[in-house]
Amino acid sequence: MPEYETHRYDVIVIGAGGAGLRAAIEARARGLRTALVCKSLLGKAHTVMAEGGVAAAMGNVYSEDNWQVHFRDTMRGGKYLNNWRMAQLHAQEAPDRVYELESWGALFDRTKDGRILQRDFGGHRYARLAHVGDRTGLELIRTLQQRAVHMDIDVFMECKVLRLLTDGDGAVSGAIGYWRPTGDMVVFESKATVLATGSIGRSYTYTSNSWESTGDGHAMAMWAGADVIEMECVQFHPTGMVWPLSVRGLLVTEGVRGDGGALKNSEDRRFMFDYIPEMFRAETADTEEEADAWYEDHINYRRTPDLLPRDEVARAINSEVKAGRGSPHGGVYLDIASRRSPEYIRRRLPSMYHQFMELAGVDITSEPMEVGPTCHYMMGGVRVDADTEASTVPGLFAAGEVAGGMHGANRLGGNSLSDLLVFGRRAGIGASDYAEGRSGEPSVSPAEIEEVVADALSPFGRDGGENPYDIHQDLQSCMQALVGIIRTGSELEQALEKLEELKERTGKVSVSGGRAYNPGWNLATDLPSMLTVSTAIAQGALHRKESRGGHTRDDYPGPDPELGKVNFVQRQNAQRGYAAPVQITPEPLPQMPAELQALLEEGH
Amino acid sequence: MTTEPAALASEPETATAPVADTTDSTVTLQVWRGDPDGGAFAEYSLPANEGEVVLDVVHRLQAGPAPDLACRWNCKAGKCGSCSAEINGRPRLMCMTRVDELPPGPITVAPMRTFPIIRDLVTDVSFNFAMAKLVPAFSPPPPPAEGYRMQQIDVERGQEFRKCIECFMCQDVCHVIRDHEENKPAYAGPRFFIRIAELEMHPLDTNDRRDLVRQQMGLGMCNITKCCTEVCPEHIKITDNAIIPMKERVVDADFDPVGWLGRKILRRSKTSPTETAAISAYPGPSPSAPAG
Amino acid sequence: MATVEKATVSPVTIGGTRGGPDQPTVRKDRWWLQPVVTATVLTSFVVYATWAAFVNKDYYVGATEHRDLISPFYSPCLAGSCVPGSHPHIVLSQWMISPAILILIVPLGFRLTCYYYRRAYYRSFWLSPPNCAVADAHGSYSGETRFPLILQNVHRWFFYLGLILNVILTIDAVVSYNQPGIGIGVTVGSLVLTVNAVLLWCYSLSCHSCRHLCGGQVRSFAKHPIRYRLWKFVTPLNAHHMNFAWASLVFVALTDLYVRLVASGTITDFRLF
Repeated sequence: MPEYETHRYDVIVIGAGGAGLRAAIEARARGLRTALVCKSLLGKAHTVMAEGGVAAAMGNVYSEDNWQVHFRDTMRGGKYLNNWRMAQLHAQEAPDRVYELESWGALFDRTKDGRILQRDFGGHRYARLAHVGDRTGLELIRTLQQRAVHMDIDVFMECKVLRLLTDGDGAVSGAIGYWRPTGDMVVFESKATVLATGSIGRSYTYTSNSWESTGDGHAMAMWAGADVIEMECVQFHPTGMVWPLSVRGLLVTEGVRGDGGALKNSEDRRFMFDYIPEMFRAETADTEEEADAWYEDHINYRRTPDLLPRDEVARAINSEVKAGRGSPHGGVYLDIASRRSPEYIRRRLPSMYHQFMELAGVDITSEPMEVGPTCHYMMGGVRVDADTEASTVPGLFAAGEVAGGMHGANRLGGNSLSDLLVFGRRAGIGASDYAEGRSGEPSVSPAEIEEVVADALSPFGRDGGENPYDIHQDLQSCMQALVGIIRTGSELEQALEKLEELKERTGKVSVSGGRAYNPGWNLATDLPSMLTVSTAIAQGALHRKESRGGHTRDDYPGPDPELGKVNFVQRQNAQRGYAAPVQITPEPLPQMPAELQALLEEGH
Repeated sequence: MTTEPAALASEPETATAPVADTTDSTVTLQVWRGDPDGGAFAEYSLPANEGEVVLDVVHRLQAGPAPDLACRWNCKAGKCGSCSAEINGRPRLMCMTRVDELPPGPITVAPMRTFPIIRDLVTDVSFNFAMAKLVPAFSPPPPPAEGYRMQQIDVERGQEFRKCIECFMCQDVCHVIRDHEENKPAYAGPRFFIRIAELEMHPLDTNDRRDLVRQQMGLGMCNITKCCTEVCPEHIKITDNAIIPMKERVVDADFDPVGWLGRKILRRSKTSPTETAAISAYPGPSPSAPAG
Repeated sequence: MATVEKATVSPVTIGGTRGGPDQPTVRKDRWWLQPVVTATVLTSFVVYATWAAFVNKDYYVGATEHRDLISPFYSPCLAGSCVPGSHPHIVLSQWMISPAILILIVPLGFRLTCYYYRRAYYRSFWLSPPNCAVADAHGSYSGETRFPLILQNVHRWFFYLGLILNVILTIDAVVSYNQPGIGIGVTVGSLVLTVNAVLLWCYSLSCHSCRHLCGGQVRSFAKHPIRYRLWKFVTPLNAHHMNFAWASLVFVALTDLYVRLVASGTITDFRLF
């Protein structure tokens, strides 16, 4: 019998980024016993990396803005693959969530008359992002963290969750994980469980994501029998750093373009004017003069193509580099130095200034940046009920990046922070309602626990097996090369084969050292999630035989109207776990009510 | 920015000329390997790569000769404050310290000295999370119908402190607890002085935390030797903009005869009811429990 | 409204084993240079200033030399024994020792309690700590919480008194442009006194207490626009407080030396025009 400690809660929240914290705050405010479990220290979650802002149609800068416009922008950005109800709730509730943060101590930048200032971002018709310079994510997480500190939420820091536990009826009843500092096992029994584990970026070589983004929540939900949707829709942010190599992929905020930065190729041409897609032609400037005038006046001029949705910009950069018009290190130029004063740049983009100065030795107030696409965000995720964030498995809820549907095939910048707040809160409510309604104490199976523990500890028992770092590197190269920004059927099939190989090798991993804070072992326990998620991405990408949003197929370059009406739903049936197969079926999108449909067709 | 006169400046950490060609050279790291039972520096040499930071080298050690080398990190962009360590004896973020900026020769990498060690470069920073609970929450008045209004000049003051990424290097370098373990229960440290300053300078806050910061958080222990400011990776002017202003506010409350006389005459209390409640709820420094 | 009324605290355990080597510092750079230079300059100043304050002569150049130059160490010269011409209207006729002692208490107290000098001497003389990440030389530490160091909190009162002295030294500088028997003109000595007064103003106005009293103490700048403008004015000065501290310290000694050399006849105060 393995040794472990057991904790019993009404609600456990796995992941302490914006969504997790917001969910825990909500559950605790209801008086429920709440635990927050996170892989890192509290306040270090990937939310701190969010730079640009929180999208919320408060109308502080352009009073023409309202939730309907925000809803339409979100749907159009997502290429209509979004769950309409989520997009609606998100657009309607985001302003309240921002004001709520302010009453909890957040200090947003202000307009002249003292209201919350909003900035321009790609795909948003009006200046809509409440922000704090270029460190909005830090403000958001710190505000929530400081709010949570006084609420008696039990925080389990540096505690990695390995698997969700289910009761006899298949309802999620807790989770098992281990303390990273000691390697000791810990079991949670909970009436309701919220996943808020964030992204999957660590499966790619060049990513803006931190080590934590291994897709644990996506994978654990699948292993518990939950549906995931749209896993093929991975967002490659158009502007990541490309040099030095050690920081390749590090994010360069879209705020640079929102504040006046322009993309240029090696011929000093603003190439985005050559890549305006039909869908956005009517509202996009086609001359540099109009694009530049738009920054000051959104009503009479059309927006700059530099701020097209991220998928369009990323593809355009990719094409320029392929055509040989890239920068020396394989990116393109992002120039704000020649367009804005040094003081303005330092005030609006302080952390970008430092990031380039300290890591690349580039002064962005006098030289252009070199940028290229980087794996940034997972649109797909756990299929949830829009109002309650309940997954398809009882007792399991999901919010934030781990949940799917909200962003469709492509997420607009700024919509992730508002997503965290809106659906973090809703997941907290949904989980609390469920926990209060669930009769009896949850039960977990000792046999299941024993199996998970044995699995997790097995790398210590082997000698001379596979090195987890090697497998991880091979996985990243495979995903980067074969399931990257531009995909083709044959490469995807190749990737799926390669992934099966990697799964086999993962079964033979061995690690040295003890259980206490052993990164080699920690990585070994992250590999199963990454493999499951990577498989789902590659499989989804193979089945979606069209190009839409974040998903681009070289062999199917255009959108297919029929595929635009379905979600690809993936799940594990009888066999569960990273080695087990994943089923995929197309299912029709939820039907949008006529009045919302009319909003979309309204045009401009 | 305050700049030291040339003669007084501490020796720059930066070598005068960066190593021009790093392609053939090697980088040698002396990394602290150990746990609560003891430890020592272990030396590793690897080929140097262009533009690398210390954390990159640590990662290459993990993937190669030292797979169980423990270190914290998350964002690798100086935004999360996880990879704090003492590089060549100075607290720095490993992800923001370029190898080619350090003087030639072996680079020592040790864990933060002030906190108990867990393993290798990882320390137990729970002290800071305990102190965070000591700070009474932001308490604004109920929002007016049209929402709160604040001016940019007011929010900018607090925003400087809210840049804090909680790397805890200011806490680490502060000699009050670095060299005097026994002060820990009575001293919150620079990170929480800036938090208090932020709330005291928040245009909407209604609390008064001056007694709290003096009596329970140990503001008077600080002798403004400014090492916290020197190590802050976010370049927050901790001493000039937070600690000294808070000391001056304490002077307003406790060491200013004119203010004292004014309060006597007007029969005003210098603390607000919320603060009084916060102070009375504070149980006082806990008896020291020597840990293993 | 969501005010949390209670401040709970988790117990802080002390005495855990620390990582890294058990030695005062791992730094390999010349961390000792800064405290050594600071200590040397401060000690030199104290030695010179003590001598200059007690020597009680050669501090004034008067009408006989067609000048009106007084050393900042001796102004205002309040004792009955002051050299003729150096007197203001008020004098303490019973004061028999050097008149410098009467007034030097103010700049001494101002600089001793100054937030910058505190940092400088805590580091360089008290070695607490000698430099960042270098161990404190003392076994126990209570900071500025007890007598006598709790008296550092009187800094602002010395600041007020220092302002009065600044006004007097400014008047000294202005009157030095009038050369008795010759008329208005500029000499090296008048320029020295002027620069000295300017540096002392810079040092005082850049003081942290000044910044606080100007506007730093308000919760909302928007509600106090005038105080905000004052604060905006002194804040950039405050950023250079350390530089002004050193510059004014060195220059006040040089000013005294210059007047002393002229008064003792070693050099002549050159008239520029």
